[in-house]
Amino acid sequence: MSRQNRHNFQPLKALQKEPTGIPGFDEITCGGLPAGRPTLVCGSAGAGKTLFAMEFLVRGATLFNEPGVFISFEESDVELATNVASLGFDLNELIAEKKLLLDYVFIERSEIEETGEYDLEALFLRLGHAIDSIGAKRVVLDTLEALFSALPNEAIVRAELRRLFRWLKEKGVTAVITGERGDGKLTRYGLEEYVADCVILLDHRVQNQISTRRVRIVKYRGTSHGTNEYPFFIDDKGFSVLPITSLGLLHKAPTEHISTGIERLDTMLDGHGFYRGSSILVSGTAGTGKSTIAAHFVAAACQRGERALFFAFEESQDQIIRNMRSIGIDLEKFVKKGLLEFHNARPSSWGLELHLALVHKAITEFNPTVVVVDPITNFLAVGDRIETKSMLTRLIDFLKSRQITGMFTSLTSAGSEIEDSEVDVSSLMDAWLLVKTIESNGERNRGLYILKARGTAHSNQVREFLLTDHGIELLDAYIGSEGVLMGSARSNQLAREKAAELERGQVSARKQRELRRKQELYEAQLQALKNQYETERDAILMELDEEQKRLKETADQRLEIARLRKADSRGMKIDENGARKARKGAVR
Amino acid sequence: MKQTPTKKQRQKSTNGRPAQTTNEDLNRWNLRLYVAGQTPRSVTAFRNLKEICEEYLKGQYHIEVIDLMENPTLARGDQILAVPTLVRKLPQPIRKIIGDLSNTERVLVGLDIQPR
Repeated sequence: MSRQNRHNFQPLKALQKEPTGIPGFDEITCGGLPAGRPTLVCGSAGAGKTLFAMEFLVRGATLFNEPGVFISFEESDVELATNVASLGFDLNELIAEKKLLLDYVFIERSEIEETGEYDLEALFLRLGHAIDSIGAKRVVLDTLEALFSALPNEAIVRAELRRLFRWLKEKGVTAVITGERGDGKLTRYGLEEYVADCVILLDHRVQNQISTRRVRIVKYRGTSHGTNEYPFFIDDKGFSVLPITSLGLLHKAPTEHISTGIERLDTMLDGHGFYRGSSILVSGTAGTGKSTIAAHFVAAACQRGERALFFAFEESQDQIIRNMRSIGIDLEKFVKKGLLEFHNARPSSWGLELHLALVHKAITEFNPTVVVVDPITNFLAVGDRIETKSMLTRLIDFLKSRQITGMFTSLTSAGSEIEDSEVDVSSLMDAWLLVKTIESNGERNRGLYILKARGTAHSNQVREFLLTDHGIELLDAYIGSEGVLMGSARSNQLAREKAAELERGQVSARKQRELRRKQELYEAQLQALKNQYETERDAILMELDEEQKRLKETADQRLEIARLRKADSRGMKIDENGARKARKGAVR
Repeated sequence: MKQTPTKKQRQKSTNGRPAQTTNEDLNRWNLRLYVAGQTPRSVTAFRNLKEICEEYLKGQYHIEVIDLMENPTLARGDQILAVPTLVRKLPQPIRKIIGDLSNTERVLVGLDIQPR
């Protein structure tokens, strides 16, 4: 019970870590080096051990306000200060501010004779005094192995080293001890057996004449840490570790679309273009206009006011700007506005990992929304397919995690299956545009189609496109019995269609004229009939009129005669009726 | 910077122990013994040194004992790591002998009193 209580009162504290301030390194160690404990940094000559150790102190002094002591067994303080000045570290200033103390321990074996027992208390005293004089929290011993070559009695050195590490822990300083790599061992004199907590291995490997620096955490007691080999590089800002690992499939998927920069291509992609944050592969044989599509894409992004990064591994910035200007894409103005940045390098300049690292760094610094890598196939010159794929996977993951839309061009070697030689990355891509030259009728024409576009209803047509002085122009698709018609075949088809249309027009005009003529004829006949009828009707009416006049006259005459003969009224009446009857009949 | 404590140390060492201070030759062999506190080992070293000097360099030597516990900064000047360390400042060139000086032969070789 009491024991349990004690446990409750003193909960286990996780290992405290001391951030190094070295970009990336604290990520792979999940926080830094073990605080208050020694860490062994080993590596072969020129691996960057001293620099790592020095940067640990300089960053500690400048970023975390933790003074540090550098005990050098190899280089004098002046040499050290000069060496790291090229990385922008001003040691003398730090020394003047009492944030750093350099102590050069020089041992010349030829001067030394050994007689009897001794210990390294003087070193402890020196170190202790140095630590106390500036209140150091960080200590570097570079490299302790010099003791082995300086002092003949290895047994004493080993005993003293054990004591030294214990003493350093008691002092509570975070120490970095460097050690030269030995045959089959981490260090030549087995320093790793004294440093139980954290061992870091720096490596400098040359493969195909290209060197890559790598760092690996061999052991880190009491904490989780990255276990891979991570590339790092040393530039004018010092040490940078790039923990670019596969980030997994946890990235968000934005629903926003961004334009391809080619209007009719957007139409082919459901009218919107690509999803933001997607990765797009543009593959094709040489000279099919892959870079031009990329330039359109970049220009569209800059036009929207977004930032774009163009990694060119084949052409220089000036060359790209000049070539794109010739087809009416002005990239220079975006460069001047600071929206577009080019990073041009030959793939063979560095190893794959370093390329990735530099791309990573450039993206982190520039913070673009659109990235173009032109072309990815050139990386095969530096690494094999598996390595290249692994690198590109990590790059794509990284872009996706930042929701950057990436366009990658890929050169397909002529003759091979175009769907095949895509550095095996096509499955990683969200959209795949294929540009190819289609040879027919003795000419090559450029065709473009969308092989895939995840989550987008896209056109299935092969479209011919032209590189005009105002950029890429997609043309209408002409599909004939021999497939898609392109180039002169297309213009022939266009001409044929025009002729046919013309002909059809003529036929219909003729028929219309005929119809009109028929109508006219019919109307003329109608008029003639009408005229005839009217003539006949008039004649008849005239006859009728005369007849009546005649009848009236006859009746009048009869009345006159009757009046003259003084005839009776009845007779007259009958006559009158008879006359009336006759009149009625005439009307009828 | 280094000069003042050295003088102090010298006075201390001469005051504390009877030594041959009057002879002008004593500067021929200028010896410094670095120790870290009054440990049995440093006492042994001093005793051994004294014996050797008395036997081989009588009247020609001067011993300066520097306790690094009191003056840790002095370790830097002569690049001292191990204690005890005997430094032959004069005659030139500087020689260093580490250990408790129990092996007289090696000490004599180290001081160039005896040829190697």
